[in-house]
Amino acid sequence: MTITPVKAARPFDSAVARSRMFISRRVSWIPVFAALAILIVMFVGAQAYFGNFLTPGLLSSLLLDNAYLLILAVGMTFVILTGGIDLSVGSVLAFTGIMCARLLSEGVPTGVVIPTMIVSGALIGLLIGVLVQYFDVQPFIASLAGMFLARGLAFVVSLSSIRVEDPSILWLQSTRLRLGEWYITPTGIIALLTVLAAAMVLQYTRFGRTVYAIGGNEQSARLMGLPVVRTKLLVYVISGTCAGLAGVVFAAYTGSGYPLNGVGTELDTIAAVVIGGTLLTGGSGYVLGSMIGVFVYGTIKSVISFLGAEQSWTRITIGALLLVFVVVQRIIVTRSGRG
Amino acid sequence: MKTIVRHRIFWALVALFTLVAVNTISRPSFLRVTVQDGQLYGALIDILRNSAPLMLVALGMTIVIATRGIDLSVGALMAVSGAVALTIIQASPEPENLGVVLLAITAGVLTTFILGAWNGFLVAVLGIQPIIATLVLMLAGRGIALLITGGFITTINSAPYKFISQGYVFGLPFALYVSVAAIIIVTLVQRRTALGMLTEAVGINPEASRLAGVRSRGITWGAYATSGLLAGFAGILYSSNIMAADANAAGLYIELDAILAVVLGGTSLAGGKFSIAGTVIGVFTIQTLKSTITFLGVPPAVSPVFMAAVVILVVLVQSRRVRDGAGRLTNWLTRRTSTPTPPNAEVAS
Repeated sequence: MTITPVKAARPFDSAVARSRMFISRRVSWIPVFAALAILIVMFVGAQAYFGNFLTPGLLSSLLLDNAYLLILAVGMTFVILTGGIDLSVGSVLAFTGIMCARLLSEGVPTGVVIPTMIVSGALIGLLIGVLVQYFDVQPFIASLAGMFLARGLAFVVSLSSIRVEDPSILWLQSTRLRLGEWYITPTGIIALLTVLAAAMVLQYTRFGRTVYAIGGNEQSARLMGLPVVRTKLLVYVISGTCAGLAGVVFAAYTGSGYPLNGVGTELDTIAAVVIGGTLLTGGSGYVLGSMIGVFVYGTIKSVISFLGAEQSWTRITIGALLLVFVVVQRIIVTRSGRG
Repeated sequence: MKTIVRHRIFWALVALFTLVAVNTISRPSFLRVTVQDGQLYGALIDILRNSAPLMLVALGMTIVIATRGIDLSVGALMAVSGAVALTIIQASPEPENLGVVLLAITAGVLTTFILGAWNGFLVAVLGIQPIIATLVLMLAGRGIALLITGGFITTINSAPYKFISQGYVFGLPFALYVSVAAIIIVTLVQRRTALGMLTEAVGINPEASRLAGVRSRGITWGAYATSGLLAGFAGILYSSNIMAADANAAGLYIELDAILAVVLGGTSLAGGKFSIAGTVIGVFTIQTLKSTITFLGVPPAVSPVFMAAVVILVVLVQSRRVRDGAGRLTNWLTRRTSTPTPPNAEVAS
């Protein structure tokens, strides 16, 4: 008689223990799941409220409308994982976008323009990386310089908007590969490929593990003999490259280049990455989370335009959501630090 | 000589004097101050007057940075205080009434003071990174300002309000008195009391200073509230200058200018030390640079390139690697020019 409850309790205990083990091993995934939960709640809530929110068309356009942001968020994830920050991405997007439009309007072939734009993004990233790594400039200030530089250069290229009339660039945006109601554009494919490539690099390569190690503890990473200098430099180059690519995608998306494009996009990007569960102190986070963060951002925008409310609410909602996530992350970090 | 070159303010002063020299050479009228109807006019006076909002914001930023923090929300807070103040004046039946204007200013500044305290709460109590804690209001603040103004650019017509940025007292712009008053008050409070030292202690190590009996939480909190308060006054100055509350344009990028002014002035972003005089020089340098760029006929939109060049130059000059390199270079040069004689003399003896 006395043995029975013990026997009954055992499988339960071990299930608890196993689930505890599961959670403790995947504690870094919790913020990502939280973001996913928020996204699902928003989807369900919007669907219940509007009745016609969750359509394949809208979900497809979520990817299409935010392809550039997704690409930026991928690059930003690398930088934030090492504990840095890159404020230049919005301006680099504007610069490469307008430069792309300008070169195309002067008859330079697309096959030259697109690689040039990606390389110029990478070069600005390299500049920031060199300042950070070799001259001990704080990432905030170094990327601030990159931001000023790119924004100014965008205005040097042109003070007004330039239309993109090149068919192959517009093709990136206008082609819709359809599957029933669902569709995807080449820009969407580029964004998804970027996410996939970045996820593979972070998960399976030596470089990716070094990125996490630096974010976890730079000093330890150095003492372990990891190539800290090269990795930190590369992280900013990756972010710049992504920003260059995003500039081309954004030029295709808007069908024009404009030097004032992407003002404040760096903040949206950082917000999306943080909402996606990447810790700003570095060392913990996933590209997949950033993708969810971007979708959360995109959904908020859609919901607000569905409501017909003022767009200022997007900013307020993003700010509030950011706050919630940062506080939650803070609690998780303190808990895991103590336990 | 070495101590002068190593002094934190030295390079900021060099930059400022270089700019003034370039300006004086390219336009001799730069230094000229004329008197019209007992009021002083001239490029220099303009720079002093126009630098007032940046000065207020940068002073607040200096204190925040001294605690090893950063306040990204100041530009958005400027938009909020302008929106609050102008909405009150617009709603009042007597926009010219001094009492109404004072009430509007108080309300605007009080709002940003509370928002600044909110930033401080996030940083000091919840322990959130300053960049992110203030990013929340940087994103949401302009949204809030837009809601207050109903999405429009609120314009008003009120002589007392206009006086704040465009009025003259004893021949000098009133805005200048505001920024001088702010400099004096901040200096007195921070340097004539122990508060400055305690702030630096918090910036060096909040935990250690807490254990040593410093109320670091309160000091951090106070730093952000002060920054919010000063940003509120800056917002009043800005909106008074254009007599409109523009939630999108008010204080756009001013947080970056302010951080730049602080860094130019030799305050390290790593916290723990600050120089109010350095910040003041930094602000004048930035304002002079902007005036120079406009004068040179460069489209104002291109000016970020020059700002970038300045930022890069300054951080390079301040970086240890360049300093060490320069030190080695000067050592090498002095050895080459001065040392050949003694060894020869020794050989001869």
